[in-house]
Amino acid sequence: MTTQASVLENLAEVRAMIRKHKRNDFIFSIVGLLALMIGLLTLLTLFIDLVIDGYPRFNLDFLTNYPSRRAASAGLLSAWVGSLLVMLVTFFSAVPMGVAAGVYLEEYAPKNWFSDLIEINVTNLAGVPSIVYGLLALGLFVYGLNLGESILTAGLTLGLLILPIVIVTTRESIRGIPVSIREAAYAVGATKWQVVFHHVLHYSSGGILTGIIIGMARALGETAPIITIGALTFIAFLPPSPVSDVAPFINFEWLESGFTVLPIQMFNWLSRPDHAFHINAAATGALIIVVTLLMNGTAIWLRYRIRKNIKW
Amino acid sequence: MVSQVLQKPAELPISARLAKNVRRHILERVIEFILMLAALSAVATTISIVVILLYESYTFFEHVSLFDFLTDTEWTPLFENAHYGILPLVSGTLTTSAIALAVAIPLGTIGAIYLSEFASHRTREIVKPILELLVGVPTVVFGYFALLFVTPLLQKIFPELPGFNMLGPGIVMGIMIIPYISSMAEDAMRAVPMSMREGSYAMGATRFQTAIRVVTPAAISGIIAAYILGISRAVGETMVVALAAGQQPNLTFNPMESAATITAYIVQVAMGDLPHGSIGYQSIFAAGLVLMLMTLTFNIIGHLTRKRFREVY
Repeated sequence: MTTQASVLENLAEVRAMIRKHKRNDFIFSIVGLLALMIGLLTLLTLFIDLVIDGYPRFNLDFLTNYPSRRAASAGLLSAWVGSLLVMLVTFFSAVPMGVAAGVYLEEYAPKNWFSDLIEINVTNLAGVPSIVYGLLALGLFVYGLNLGESILTAGLTLGLLILPIVIVTTRESIRGIPVSIREAAYAVGATKWQVVFHHVLHYSSGGILTGIIIGMARALGETAPIITIGALTFIAFLPPSPVSDVAPFINFEWLESGFTVLPIQMFNWLSRPDHAFHINAAATGALIIVVTLLMNGTAIWLRYRIRKNIKW
Repeated sequence: MVSQVLQKPAELPISARLAKNVRRHILERVIEFILMLAALSAVATTISIVVILLYESYTFFEHVSLFDFLTDTEWTPLFENAHYGILPLVSGTLTTSAIALAVAIPLGTIGAIYLSEFASHRTREIVKPILELLVGVPTVVFGYFALLFVTPLLQKIFPELPGFNMLGPGIVMGIMIIPYISSMAEDAMRAVPMSMREGSYAMGATRFQTAIRVVTPAAISGIIAAYILGISRAVGETMVVALAAGQQPNLTFNPMESAATITAYIVQVAMGDLPHGSIGYQSIFAAGLVLMLMTLTFNIIGHLTRKRFREVY
């Protein structure tokens, strides 16, 4: 009798212990989810705050006006055109270079100290603070190569900044292509470059594209390096148009033009004491967030699609 | 093989196909060479960064002794009575980074444990992209948030808090780093073999006990590496502190005060109109060199920790 009672008592104790531990599990999973959601909540608060603060400026004039000393009539025209042109240079410098480097490291590079050196460099560059790229550009592009505080300088700087992102994603997506694809192409007499260009690059283009989009979104929002090269903040003119109506229809004068970009315009308005300019800054911030979130969202969705659809 | 064919007597005509082969062969080499040049651009960038920082800092240190640079407690390169002590900038950088880590380490670790040990596959598929989106938000926008949202909010709790302070931007920076730390720590935890968890479950441990007493210790090197790389991120972060922490170098570790960080100083000088070659211009490269050395040290320690002390199962 007594033993049975103690067993029962023990059982109750054990059950209580199990209940307690299960409760701990449950509590922790709530805490964990909350910890992760703090980021999301911040993002939401931030966005709502920007939209509320910037609401008075949500009209077309804001996009078609030049900056002005009067906050209410100041606009973003020179900033978004500048951002667009800088991104153009960034795209044409970082993408060919990054994809080529990724292809080399993944498909061509022999396993030796030289390839290791390049690899370590890429990893390290990804960890260099963005403002250091600004100092590099200030010393090298602005004064070393005499490119001045131009769109070309800014585009190349951001190109170098996103190069590691493009290289790493290119390598990752190439690595996902099975060897059998390459062997099949070799078997019908393709050269190495034909294998790479017609097959490997072709099949990994979706993955590479996600990397490019993420990189470009990063470049769009990056402020510090562009401030460091000495970008002007009050630009009341547009760079010369890249397309003209006389032959040869394309010109490159705009590359040497002064410029401002969206995040710099925002920074400038934000660092003024006058609260009216903070409204402009909020509206600009909302615009930047929407564009970068759309770009990043597209990239993430694209990656999800690729992962889901391709079964080798 | 191609060259053997070419060396045959001249009366044997080289077929068009073989000639094409030779061309192809040369072209292949050229392409490989071009691709290699592209890959070398990474090395070239690193070398340029080092050369430019060292070169401009060298001229800086011809005017300023290294001893003053490291021991002077004032940083006023743009004033009449110029002092060149890096300590106030370093203290600002370390204080804001410490606040950021005090926010990011607990939340990031808890988040990582949750993602790796508790979350279902579906939850993870939803949460991880959201975290990635958060990483993509431009820092200047977070600067707005720190200056015009978080600081006013904190002033309601601490009425004596000045408009520029290190607490607000530190907290915002911490929130920015959470996804970074949690995703890296999660990677480390998921690398712990399933058999270890199963062993723990078989002994009657709950998920929480397994996560805390088995998985976390097994993945500790990766988790610490995530922290260290997080420090490096916080130290190099620019816009949030440049906007919200103030621009006055101030040798203090009090988060309630305003102080400039290394990055904020560089931005401040770059916004002004300093002539090329002046001591003020060179001082941003010296500051940049210090910043680079700090982040590089953290990055190297982080990578080594991950590599060296990883337990191999």
